[in-house]
Amino acid sequence: MPKSIKTLLSGFARSPLLIPFSMLAVLIVFNLIMDPAFFRITVVTNNAGYPSMQGRIVAILNNGSELAILAIGMTLVTAASGGQDISVGAAASIAGAVILRVVCGDETAPTALHASIIAAVLASIGVAMCFGAFNGVLVSVFKIQPMVATLILFTAGRQIAYWIGGGKILNAPGDVFKYFGNNIPGIAIPTPIFITLACIVVIALVLKFTNLGLYSQTVGINVKSARLNGLNPVWIKTLTYIIMSVCVAIVGFIKVSRTGNINYDTLAKDIEMDAILAVAIGGNALSGGKFNLTGSIIGAYIIQFLTNTLYATNVSSDSLKAYKAIVIIVIVVIGSPVLKEYADRLFRRGGAAQGVRS
Amino acid sequence: MKKTLSLILALILCLAMVSSAGADELIKVGIINNPPSESGYRTANDNDFKAAFTQENGYDASFAYSILLEEQLAAFNQFVNDGADYILLSAASTDGWDDAIAAATEAGIPVLLFDRMINNDGYVAAVVSDMAKEGETAVAWLLAQGLEAPAVVHIQGVMGSDAQIGRSGALDAAAAEGKATIVKQQTGNWSADEAKAIVESVINAGTSFNVVYAENDDMAKGAVAALDAAGISHGIDGDVLIMGFDCNKWALKELLAGNWNYDGQCSPFQAGVLDQIIKNLEQGIEPSEKLIINEEKGFDAKELTEEDVEKYGLGE
Repeated sequence: MPKSIKTLLSGFARSPLLIPFSMLAVLIVFNLIMDPAFFRITVVTNNAGYPSMQGRIVAILNNGSELAILAIGMTLVTAASGGQDISVGAAASIAGAVILRVVCGDETAPTALHASIIAAVLASIGVAMCFGAFNGVLVSVFKIQPMVATLILFTAGRQIAYWIGGGKILNAPGDVFKYFGNNIPGIAIPTPIFITLACIVVIALVLKFTNLGLYSQTVGINVKSARLNGLNPVWIKTLTYIIMSVCVAIVGFIKVSRTGNINYDTLAKDIEMDAILAVAIGGNALSGGKFNLTGSIIGAYIIQFLTNTLYATNVSSDSLKAYKAIVIIVIVVIGSPVLKEYADRLFRRGGAAQGVRS
Repeated sequence: MKKTLSLILALILCLAMVSSAGADELIKVGIINNPPSESGYRTANDNDFKAAFTQENGYDASFAYSILLEEQLAAFNQFVNDGADYILLSAASTDGWDDAIAAATEAGIPVLLFDRMINNDGYVAAVVSDMAKEGETAVAWLLAQGLEAPAVVHIQGVMGSDAQIGRSGALDAAAAEGKATIVKQQTGNWSADEAKAIVESVINAGTSFNVVYAENDDMAKGAVAALDAAGISHGIDGDVLIMGFDCNKWALKELLAGNWNYDGQCSPFQAGVLDQIIKNLEQGIEPSEKLIINEEKGFDAKELTEEDVEKYGLGE
């Protein structure tokens, strides 16, 4: 075997993206065997008379949007504070409630918007940022374990959302509101895919042109040395929680826009666990420090891929979660440091042997 | 510090005793329910109880909400210790109530169940929905629609919940008898999003179907969203029959607009019956039946009227 391929292989073996990419490949192969038309995309006319793109890949990208956006925030929170925000599902419910409250006013099913959708989204981002700052301050100033700090909002969040909604199921008026969670007339690709893309581009630019990435890693690796180097860990940690909350607000918006109304209890239910899992599958240490955003985003789509695959196979409702758990165990074990080190040693030994022979 | 704290606590306890003594002509009821935020059903249920068990109606009512058995048990014991006259319970779980019921019986507190049954017959009366009957009514309606070969996408609720077991039962039975084919059976966990994803996956697999049987309104809504996006017609004169449960007002409006075909009622109104039972018990009249089943209907979009929507629709 030529040496360059060996180096490439060993480089790839050590790359944090190895696990997520190979998992994705396995899922794709499995799906292709099951359904050779897996990648087929068709454009149909939806019931409103506009083009709409259909296909399993489209469904995965569309339905995975919320998780991918949350994975961005969760990665930063994990990197800087060495813990996870478990309140994102409940907070998304709050954000959704705020949006519907603003567009519905006092009515439950108004015939016209009471305020512009932009105003509603800004209001929800504002409210979400307050809750994000609350979480952030608990973690950074009071040095409470992130999971414990965010447990507060995790517990109370859906009740708060219910209270904001006035205890009623709010229905947004008009078709425009639903464009953001479905299709904009004339554009076949579902809007959430564009929103996710925009979020990814924005965060990529922020990481490229600011020191956010470096600073959150530094704080995550060692708070003391970060402070000695002139960084403000309190502010940086809080900032990551605020960024997380903006992601949460966007997710809340997509969720309520998909259906046009809200169910406080089931909106984005259990999504925090999937978001944390996405970060883990992405090859990030949940104890903080160095992070890999691409990995987390791929991780998010892997989870959606898995859900979709399980829907497509005829797994019974009773055992759906068990199957999901089995796959996740395999992913997490393969990605564990022990196995990684083992694989690394295997490759390096191979490389060394090659060196001797040549 | 500890002394002050215990002093304050003692003071509060005394005050509580005095205040309860002041209202002794009122009937003291402790009501344990699931949180009203759970669903439109629960909101309507909670409002029904709050409207019925008022001071004007002769009650001193305390409410406790939880979906967790432990918390409900704690509230139950609290009500027993506080010397409630009656305890009204919508149990989070069917099992685990034996000790609590025994304690209440010993203290002479009648326990009345509403909405949900428990595996213990120490209660005095129960006013519940018959979920299995809801399913049977719905399936009977479906089979009466004259579809040549009903091919059903069956979206289930949270597995193991009362409503899921009851509503799935009748459809499973019909499928076992060969009267209908279930082309997809999957749990949507009561969520519109999950239901939408399930129906999408059925459409993408190219499987043909002509009925969506969703075990609540939210999931029916999610399923319809998937059909809309794929350009598949539904409702009256559509290619796919849409069936939901719970009769939220917004869902009945979908029926009225002809977008859906059927909605099965799950009545949340039990407070009136319980109020009467308690008033009778106060005069020494035992309830004639221990198990009282809510009267529930199923609505066909073709026969539904505006008045029905106002009368039976939950929420606003």
